[in-house]
Amino acid sequence: MKNPSQFQPSRRQILQSASSGFGYLAFSALSSLAGQKSFGSAMNPLAPKTPHFGGTAKRVIFMAMQGAPSHVDTFDYKPQLNKDSGQDAKGFAKLLGSPFEFKQHGESGLPISSLFPKLAGHADDLCLINSMHTDLPNHPQATTQMHTGNFQFVRPSMGAWTLYGLGTENDSLPGFITLSPPNGAQNYGSAFLPAIYQGTPIGKQARNRFVAQEEQGAVQNISNPQLSKDLQRVQLDFVKSLNAEKLQRDEYNPDVEGIIESYELAFRMQDELPEVMDLSDEPESIKSLYGLNDRTTGAFAQQCIKARRLAESGVRFIQINHGNWDHHRNLVGGLEQNCAEIDQPIAALLEDLKQRDMLKDTLVIWAGEFGRTPHGQNGNGRDHNNKGYSLWMAGGGVKGGIRHGATDEYGYQAIENKVHIHDWHATILHTLGLDHTNLTYQYAGRDFRLTDVHGEVVRGILA
Amino acid sequence: MTALRHASFIAVFLFAPVLLSAQENEELTHEQTEFFEKKIRPALVKHCYKCHAEEGDKVKGGLLLDSRETTLSGGDSGPAVVPFDLNESLLYVAMTYEDSSLEMPPKYKLEDSIIADFKQWIEMGAPDPRKRQPKDGAPQEYTNTIDIEEGKDFWAYQTPDKAAISQEAHSDWARQPIDVFVSEQHLEMNLTPAPDADAATLLRRLSYDLTGLPPSTSEVEAFIKAHSENPDDAIAAEVDRLLDSSRYGERFGRRWLDVARYAESSGKEVNATFPHAWRYRDYVIDSYNADKPFNQFVTEQIAGDLLSADSEAQEAEQTVATSFLAIGTKGLNEQNARQFRFDLVDEQIDTTTQAFLATTAACARCHDHKFDPIPMSDYYAMAGIFLSSETLYGTSEALQNRKVTELITLPAGSHSGAEMKSLGEMIDLEFQRMTLQERLEELSDEARDARRSGDSDRATQIRLQTLGVINRKGITEGILAAYDDDGYPKPLSMGMRDLPSPFDSQILIRGEEDNPTDERIARGFLQVIQSNDEQSIGEHESGRLQLAEWIASPENPLTARVYANRVWSWLFGEGLVRSVDNFGSTGDTPTHPELLDYLAVRLVELDWSTKELVREIATSRTYRMSSGYRDDYFQKDPENYSLWRANKRRLDAESIRDASLAVSGRLDLERPAGSLVSEAGEGFVGRNIQEAQINTETVHRSVYLPIVRGLVPESLGLFDFADPSLLSGKREITTVPSQALYMMNSPFILENAKAMASHLVVDLDLRGGELAKEAFYRCYSRPPTPEEGQRTKEFIERFLEVAETEGHSKDASRLLALTTFCQSLIGSAEFRYLN
Repeated sequence: MKNPSQFQPSRRQILQSASSGFGYLAFSALSSLAGQKSFGSAMNPLAPKTPHFGGTAKRVIFMAMQGAPSHVDTFDYKPQLNKDSGQDAKGFAKLLGSPFEFKQHGESGLPISSLFPKLAGHADDLCLINSMHTDLPNHPQATTQMHTGNFQFVRPSMGAWTLYGLGTENDSLPGFITLSPPNGAQNYGSAFLPAIYQGTPIGKQARNRFVAQEEQGAVQNISNPQLSKDLQRVQLDFVKSLNAEKLQRDEYNPDVEGIIESYELAFRMQDELPEVMDLSDEPESIKSLYGLNDRTTGAFAQQCIKARRLAESGVRFIQINHGNWDHHRNLVGGLEQNCAEIDQPIAALLEDLKQRDMLKDTLVIWAGEFGRTPHGQNGNGRDHNNKGYSLWMAGGGVKGGIRHGATDEYGYQAIENKVHIHDWHATILHTLGLDHTNLTYQYAGRDFRLTDVHGEVVRGILA
Repeated sequence: MTALRHASFIAVFLFAPVLLSAQENEELTHEQTEFFEKKIRPALVKHCYKCHAEEGDKVKGGLLLDSRETTLSGGDSGPAVVPFDLNESLLYVAMTYEDSSLEMPPKYKLEDSIIADFKQWIEMGAPDPRKRQPKDGAPQEYTNTIDIEEGKDFWAYQTPDKAAISQEAHSDWARQPIDVFVSEQHLEMNLTPAPDADAATLLRRLSYDLTGLPPSTSEVEAFIKAHSENPDDAIAAEVDRLLDSSRYGERFGRRWLDVARYAESSGKEVNATFPHAWRYRDYVIDSYNADKPFNQFVTEQIAGDLLSADSEAQEAEQTVATSFLAIGTKGLNEQNARQFRFDLVDEQIDTTTQAFLATTAACARCHDHKFDPIPMSDYYAMAGIFLSSETLYGTSEALQNRKVTELITLPAGSHSGAEMKSLGEMIDLEFQRMTLQERLEELSDEARDARRSGDSDRATQIRLQTLGVINRKGITEGILAAYDDDGYPKPLSMGMRDLPSPFDSQILIRGEEDNPTDERIARGFLQVIQSNDEQSIGEHESGRLQLAEWIASPENPLTARVYANRVWSWLFGEGLVRSVDNFGSTGDTPTHPELLDYLAVRLVELDWSTKELVREIATSRTYRMSSGYRDDYFQKDPENYSLWRANKRRLDAESIRDASLAVSGRLDLERPAGSLVSEAGEGFVGRNIQEAQINTETVHRSVYLPIVRGLVPESLGLFDFADPSLLSGKREITTVPSQALYMMNSPFILENAKAMASHLVVDLDLRGGELAKEAFYRCYSRPPTPEEGQRTKEFIERFLEVAETEGHSKDASRLLALTTFCQSLIGSAEFRYLN
């Protein structure tokens, strides 16, 4: 937040802007309320809330890889698998050594495969968790579990829980935004949490991976087709005077206060959101750092830059999405293509955040819904594997340059310091200063949590 | 073959549970066991277990052949063995190598003698002594940890009792027993009830509460006049008028649809459409308009198919009613048939107990209820009832959906939601189906060639193509199935029916389908609510009818209470028990227990008539209070538990949308035939059915908008429409900028504002102050205050001034100013709030 005045108007500024062109009655109604404690947090469920304890992360950028990337070809180095490649795996299939070379990187010497040459340059920032496991090896259920902790029932997503727990720092933007999500609103839904905590999807997932430069849709109703800004201001002043008079008649009505403020926010969003989403003012150096104008990296680079801009603007939880990781076949070509699409943009995002001194309080997460088998399938592919896989996190108070937990010698199963989805969720909330056992919401007669009745914070990865 | 395959596939799914349950307990004869052990088991172990056994190397295609249950339920491609049916037994089809796309074992064909043994085995009904190994070794036992007798002491399980009313203690404020109970609490807390709301405010409240629409200007004027002469008479007459309007059923029906988690698609990952769900919507609306007694409404929704009917129309109505149990979310891509079945039943138990009893019985699926006196055995007693019933929800076959069921064909004469298809369209569809079938056969041959030549890449490619063709064929067949040969849409409905052989459920330890106890639990209800006139469940019936009667009994302490509380909440914004869906120990306790009991007893006395109950509440003095603020009372009771004033309430999404259409003169009050989902037909949302097809803006009432899970219309979703995946008796209220953006910029609101402006100017020929007055009446049910009149004038002047600097012509500016004025009223807080 280099320029707080640009992105985060103070309460006073909001009041000042709200009062410009504002009828006397309306202003007096508002200003008399400004002194009351109800003004602010009580009426705005998105207002920043105090975490349970001092967190190390203020926000999350979550990169979800749909289709389940292979861990043994990317972040889980299995020399024994390479050694025994071609041997019978438990008698029915052949072990498939990784065709990609692993090298140690950085001072930490983290082994990362040749698929991520640029990201490897940030090895010392990465916290690899090699011992992830989840309940089912099916995409839809595992994806839902990754986002909500539960595949059986409709439950709030972790972004919604985060927003519920912390509110957001810029209320002229939604506090939880997911860029180009695939189908499945449940994954950014709020379920029984108030709807305000649900993610705002912006853009739809591009069918064609080369539709990079084009904006894929935008927020609904973001501009008026017939009124200029000035005319709309005249209109909103009128609406505000009507609302303020109602507020005065009602004497006390937090809902009407909320409506008055929401119009002002919406009015600002019309300017701010398109501005945040418009990358044309990024310097060429940044564009090329991310690979924005490159055919291969362009689409994901666009998401990564937007994620950084949203983070900078105070959005609490930002999710970006990338698909096509289900490599039952064409493992080599598929992984090469996918990793080429995301390697540079991710490396650039880490670099960029660091340069802006934001990596320290931004938790960056890269994860798929599960991993893949060490044995081959269709000659050049791997099958689903939920019993052991890898993800990584960076920044936001997790240790860099470490490998946490381990799978067996081939990568079939997590065997050491196992981390279940619930544990991972508990840990994410912990970095945000939220105690997963205390972040509860009552619905249908009981208190619900993101982690249900499970979850242990993975203390070993906390810086 | 294709159609046949489709049909018998359905049959397999339907009857599989019967086989699972009824036959697994039957003793096999010695000969049967011997045949299996000598001929079948060795062959399975030798040739199949490697890839299809729990202990094997790897389970392929989700198929386990090492137990009777898993052999019958099958894997990804469907049941492996269907007793007595060779054609449907994929295990047999595969070993004959007759279908080139399905040859097993993959590397060699079995000897003819072995194949003949399997043929004989299946034809003798596939006797199979193998039981699935319990997960943790020996079968576990269930031990009840709940003291039911002690649990009965909880307030909600006590029979409602009409308390004595001492008339003398009360001032002349009270009009009715309701008011006496409210007044008693006022006295206790030393509060004076708020004065009566003024006539216009009251009419606006009544009109929205009972019909979901604003009163017209002339209605306001007439009511004000009548009210000034005799308020009691005026209110009574107005309530009668509103209850007689068909708009009432649409309003109250929509509220029930929230409780019934009504939607027109399966939700979750696959999200298949339910093109016939709208019949249930109409059933609910019609039931409210006809003032169907609530106990009958309950019985029909749970067991309408089991009730006798005097006419075909009644039979159709009662059948449609059971859609209540069929419209829930479904994980259609669940491959484990038992898991799917138990999840389905769980959803039914959850919805039924919460909707009618405000009880969360589904919490007892995996363990005894943690808070309420409901042991797991009660849950599985109810599970047996639903397991003994078939849930018919349709959907079309696809890779992701192996869980297609039949639908119920209603008696002829029932109307249809879809347009007739022309002969040409029918021929096209049939041609498409045949082409896809031929393509499948070609692909099957190509697959064989590829496999024989060892080209595995090619084989995979062909497999992918095959899957695509299967999906398209499934959808085409699904569409065809909804029409008769002449292209007339068949009158189909979702719903329930009993299985031919009902059975009791085992308890599943920790809710795990593969971890059942040996013991079975007799079908029954929740023990904590025993009533004297409880019917026992016959051997040959599922028990749904008895369940329905148990719920609908006046002796059930919860049903009338829970429903009276819902009705109260629909008129006051909050229930007397605020957790309207949870009367358990983790829910709220009633703010006015005696009043709640009075209403429950009264409901039964009034022959369960919703309209009569509404009449009584709406004509009470309590309902009539103003929502005016008093600081001292607010400090004492900010949440208004004691009902010292009326609650200020935001309109629900439907009313906001309907009102914006009504004030513009665009609202079409006709009920559309069917729904946009029935027009779109069978299919999968996001695949053959696109959002644009469903969410087209219409000018019908909101209750008739398509409700597809995950795709709720923007106009509803933005204003806190309940997530139709979950039962929801109470909506959240949010205030977010996206609502403001919608009011500021959405084409729908702009269209309404434009229509309203033109209606005022052109149709009503109004100008200046008269125009403003009519606009305010329409939007707020009152004339503008002098300040508002002044603001309006200033707004128009300022708007024209700015417009002029922007170079708009005078006429265009005036029209734009008027439109923007109307839009401002629609977007303002008062438009969407009730005082």
